[in-house]
Amino acid sequence: MSDVTLRSDTDIPDSMLPEDSDGEVKRHVVEIDSHALNFGPQHPSAHGVLRLILEMEGEVVARAIPHVGLLHRGTEKLIEYKTYPKALPYFDRLDYVSPMCEEQAFALAVEKLLNIEAPERAKWIRVMFAEITRILNHILNLTSFGLDCGALTPALWGYEEREKLIEFYEAASGARFHANYVRPGGVARDLPAGLEERIADWARTFPKWIDDLESLLTSNRIWKQRTVGIGVFTTEQALAWGFSGPCLRASGVPWDLRRSQPYDNYDKVEFNVPVGRQGDCYDRYLIRVAEMRESVRIINQCLEQIRPGPIKVRDHKITPPPRREMKRSMEALIHHFKLFTEGYHVPPGATYTVTETPKGEFGVYLVADGSNRPYRCKIRPTGFSHLQAIDEMSRRHMLADAVAIIGSLDLVFGEIDR
Amino acid sequence: MADPASIPPVSVPRAVSGPLGAIAFRLSTAVPGIISAGIEKGELVVRTTRHRLLDLMTMLRDDPRYACQQVMDICGVDFPERAERFDVVYNLLSVTHNHRIRVIVTTDETSPVPSVHQLWPAATWWERECYDLFGVLFTDQPDLRRILTDYGFEGHPLRKDFPLTGYVELHYDEERRQVVYGPVDLVQDFRNFDFESPWEGILTLPGDEKAHADRQDMKRQG
Repeated sequence: MSDVTLRSDTDIPDSMLPEDSDGEVKRHVVEIDSHALNFGPQHPSAHGVLRLILEMEGEVVARAIPHVGLLHRGTEKLIEYKTYPKALPYFDRLDYVSPMCEEQAFALAVEKLLNIEAPERAKWIRVMFAEITRILNHILNLTSFGLDCGALTPALWGYEEREKLIEFYEAASGARFHANYVRPGGVARDLPAGLEERIADWARTFPKWIDDLESLLTSNRIWKQRTVGIGVFTTEQALAWGFSGPCLRASGVPWDLRRSQPYDNYDKVEFNVPVGRQGDCYDRYLIRVAEMRESVRIINQCLEQIRPGPIKVRDHKITPPPRREMKRSMEALIHHFKLFTEGYHVPPGATYTVTETPKGEFGVYLVADGSNRPYRCKIRPTGFSHLQAIDEMSRRHMLADAVAIIGSLDLVFGEIDR
Repeated sequence: MADPASIPPVSVPRAVSGPLGAIAFRLSTAVPGIISAGIEKGELVVRTTRHRLLDLMTMLRDDPRYACQQVMDICGVDFPERAERFDVVYNLLSVTHNHRIRVIVTTDETSPVPSVHQLWPAATWWERECYDLFGVLFTDQPDLRRILTDYGFEGHPLRKDFPLTGYVELHYDEERRQVVYGPVDLVQDFRNFDFESPWEGILTLPGDEKAHADRQDMKRQG
């Protein structure tokens, strides 16, 4: 509350004022120029636990101050006390909407320090599941973004598609969300028989679903009124505020880590990088829709090029030996025991390894000191810098537009708060 | 300014190759105030001092040969055994040249690091995070509040001397009908297992040290 002015000479008619017993009229009108609105942390369109203090001038946002950290679990501290294999599952729980992409970043960082490389089949599996994860993430984001702006149907349709993808997750890793599948040195286990065919079948039908989604939103009058020209960020602003991923591309920067700094097998697949021009919420929506189509293309190319072969490095000091071998070989049993108690020692060094997760650049700054635990594992969350810009982005917008902006930035607090 | 004698001599990278190597060579030879610039694990790492940081950062952003438009990440690393215990690590990215430059400065609990939020507005939250988790101070940062930890939190949790379990915990007080802080009460002592043992097996069994020493003597004598 600020600037409370008391005025006695107003032009309110006497009939609208309360009657005074004395007959003497005292008029006090309290006028508040701005007021603060506490948005969240339990608001459904705050996408989790965002607490946003909005300083309003009437219906217009004058200032937006995000308060984060309500989901802070001290992941980076916990990782310092865990061995490398035990640190991996924490990455699923950061951005719980795109688990495998985060795992991939950590796995690549550890592989870089260990100076090993995953075998070819593992790389294809990683790329394929990274793209499945991208679709998984974009479906949830686009449909809940629609939900924030009043479009209910996309969410109902989206969950059905997501369920199919989560079943692929389950078939490969045994878990629906927290997969713990992409490990340093490869992947946890091979794809079960028939999964590749099922994914291929799904990839044939999925473009139709994207068309359906677009028929609901892309040319929808209400949707465009809510998103076109809302939350415009120029190229310079987006770069200065550290944007990455679809939000950066919507502002006109053709930048995709899969293309410019390819990891795993992204240099062996063809795909387009969609780039927007306006940098508004509608562009961010369009980029994500286009990215889903490209992801289907990449998945198809993975299925064409994937060949049977080993799925993790043969060095059993880094990856566990097969179960069957453990029953017969004493050495394999010892390896298994040592790996799951002591883990492996990573030679000293530091790396900043990045992957293009569905939300943008996800980085792991890993410092190893030669022991079996990370000395420091800094996680660079994608949404952190996006959320930081919300003040600048939503300034002089209406309150309802702030909701649309939050939806378009694709925030997940598991990773922002860590 | 630091005493010039205290600044370690510039180390010129040995393996100068590729565009990153060229940048490392140029930085380590032509730019004053750089302690070292080299390629570590294929990544360009530049070490500098606190009072040279802003000049270097301005150059890395504005010089078209470096053109680092983005600061992707700022983080701290704690080495308690060192005199200046903290590393502050800046990961810069150039989207036009497609390269990353990592700039590292050291500091301690009391010496502030110049803030780079004038160069990149995105730095504000990263610096707040670094302050919150490590207690690194930044000059000219108008918004140096805590960010990730709770309102009214004390201490800097990512320092190595901060215990994993922390000092306080929350519980719901039935009488006061609100959530209150109390000291941490561990049902079981915090266990920090030392699994480190050589893969090749243990040579000396506990209680068998004398026999082992005898064996070693015999081996030495041949």
